[in-house]
Amino acid sequence: MFDMSQIIFSVLLLITIGVFAYSAYRIYQLFRLTKPAYPVKDFGKRIKRTIVNAFFQERIFRNRIAGFMHAMVFWGFCLILLGSIEMVIDGIAGTERVLASLGIVYDIIIGAGDVFAYIIAVFIIVFIFRRTVLNIKRLHGKELQKKNHMDALVALSFILILMLTLAGMNIFYIAGHPDYVGIYPVSAILAPLFSNVSSNTVFLIHDICWWSHIIMIFIFANVLPYSKHFHIFMSIPNVFFSRLTPLGKMTNMDSITKEVKLMMNPETAFAAAPENEAAPTRFGILDAEDITWKNYIDSLACTQCGRCTAVCPANITGKELSPRKMVMNIRQRMKMKGHHLVNNPDYSDGKTLIRDLIKEEEIWACTTCNACAKECPLNIDHPTFILDLRRYLVMEESAAPAALNAIFSNIENNGAPWQYSNQDRLKWTE
Amino acid sequence: MNTESTKISVPIMSEVFASGKRPEYLFWVGCAGAFDNRYMKVAKAFAKILNHLEIDYAVLGTEETCTGDPARRAGNEMLFQMQAMTNIEIFNMYEIKKILTICPHCFNILKNEYPDLGGKYEVLHYTEFLAGLIKTKKLKTDKSKLKGQNVTYHDPCYLGRANDIYEAPRYIIESLGLKLIEMEKNRSFALCCGAGGAQMFKDAEKGDKEIFIERTEQALTTKAGLIATACPFCMTMITDGLKYKNKEEEISNLDIAEIIAEALI
Repeated sequence: MFDMSQIIFSVLLLITIGVFAYSAYRIYQLFRLTKPAYPVKDFGKRIKRTIVNAFFQERIFRNRIAGFMHAMVFWGFCLILLGSIEMVIDGIAGTERVLASLGIVYDIIIGAGDVFAYIIAVFIIVFIFRRTVLNIKRLHGKELQKKNHMDALVALSFILILMLTLAGMNIFYIAGHPDYVGIYPVSAILAPLFSNVSSNTVFLIHDICWWSHIIMIFIFANVLPYSKHFHIFMSIPNVFFSRLTPLGKMTNMDSITKEVKLMMNPETAFAAAPENEAAPTRFGILDAEDITWKNYIDSLACTQCGRCTAVCPANITGKELSPRKMVMNIRQRMKMKGHHLVNNPDYSDGKTLIRDLIKEEEIWACTTCNACAKECPLNIDHPTFILDLRRYLVMEESAAPAALNAIFSNIENNGAPWQYSNQDRLKWTE
Repeated sequence: MNTESTKISVPIMSEVFASGKRPEYLFWVGCAGAFDNRYMKVAKAFAKILNHLEIDYAVLGTEETCTGDPARRAGNEMLFQMQAMTNIEIFNMYEIKKILTICPHCFNILKNEYPDLGGKYEVLHYTEFLAGLIKTKKLKTDKSKLKGQNVTYHDPCYLGRANDIYEAPRYIIESLGLKLIEMEKNRSFALCCGAGGAQMFKDAEKGDKEIFIERTEQALTTKAGLIATACPFCMTMITDGLKYKNKEEEISNLDIAEIIAEALI
């Protein structure tokens, strides 16, 4: 027999899953538009990287204090997630703490989750304080507008409410059940404070906490695909799918290799192009239709923490370039144009990513030093994207700065970026 | 430095090859080693070390040409690939298996990017190569000359973050008896000199400061009398920074190869 609460719960769960599936499908459609980046192989290495970078939070500890707080929140989330799964089962089946039969495993998970709920709540308050009161440069780039700050605060508030309702749930569960199951190291200390509250009130408060906790999870899950905090879903996949080659390696453009080989082989140089070959696509990246799947997943995983921009030599010295802004621009542009492209591949709004969102000045300020890519806890690859923008400007528009056009002709004419004769290549031995 | 005036003898690949020999290593000099007045001295210092150690090597000389790195990083993939394929043909013609470089940009592109175009070689940056020879005691240096002198080391991006080579240059510096004082931002945290990604060849974009000045200031806070680098572009930038700060008289900027060449025994 189902009771009313089970029916309500199941309906809410179905709505949550339905809405989320719709959002996920829309994002999947955009992924289908993206261009290839590199083949995904070496699953062993990828799993290892995911364990080290994601589960052990390796990169985040490059910033000790903020890194420690993030790691605690992350590990806490992982444990609390297991508790949330139990809540879903309880909600559907009408049971209470159904996984308690797991015994000691349950005690450890629930006990750790209880401790982490309080730790996370405290750190979230610190994060809110840091964003609103402390003036931390990394969190205040000019690319961050009011709506970005609001997005951050809304997400932090969601998490704070989730932790407070979880704590309330635990405290009033203990207060209402002298023979409670599981271990609650912190809540068990706080529960006796409510010993003089009537048992009806205790049960009522517990139920309010339980329902608001789960409903907040349902709402939060459906806000995430439209928030920078989509990070929560996308960051682990982003680490898993990240490039395994050395940071210094640029991806090869195989379409160019084909052309160069044709040019360098006299027998094929004047042969007609094979007819069945697809028309050459655009070189490099100009707009949404040129974005690779890696660029797009990077942009969905980015939570705008600004570690990249904080270490960017161009940004530090006051230039326009901000790697964080570039990654935000990818997501923004996919949102603006991507869904139109799904319906009409020739759609144009008269705008392009380069120039309307990203200025040439930003693109040319990069030193390809890879500080941003090294710093990003999620292995976002900013330099590859920036270099693809340069490839567009140079190969499609010949729009390089004059000084770079000069080195191109020097390399072509005398095999060096400077204008010296190749005959002088041994002068250094004299 | 005494390497400046003396002409040194360097084996040329075409000549060595014609005599039927196959040198173990190609010493890839790079455009900066060949044409940059300051870095020509570094090329010479490294060749002096190779000669001293009787390494079986040769240079391409007039057959060498740009790797294509600045073109590729400036977006000109077509020009890069034409350069790369030309070079690969030459390497294959001379049956080259191992390449030594002094420039980290040449090192990175030969090591990581030429394989995509069929050019697969064992590529070593000279700091890795010489650190190995110091470890196996094949390369001996006179520690007394430099003992206790303070030095700071600027990590080139294309050695460090790009290829995770942080310890070889430091190992060499310490093995020379120098006292290494780290900048606050070192190893993977190091700030770029400002010259990578073809920036060397153009003016910087508008901003409030030049990157090379920022990095030079970071080096100056260590109070070290010597700033060691291992990259031609870093050297140009740091030397310019020292000039800008009017410190070029009191603080020297040397490449690690030059420091070793001075201490050979």
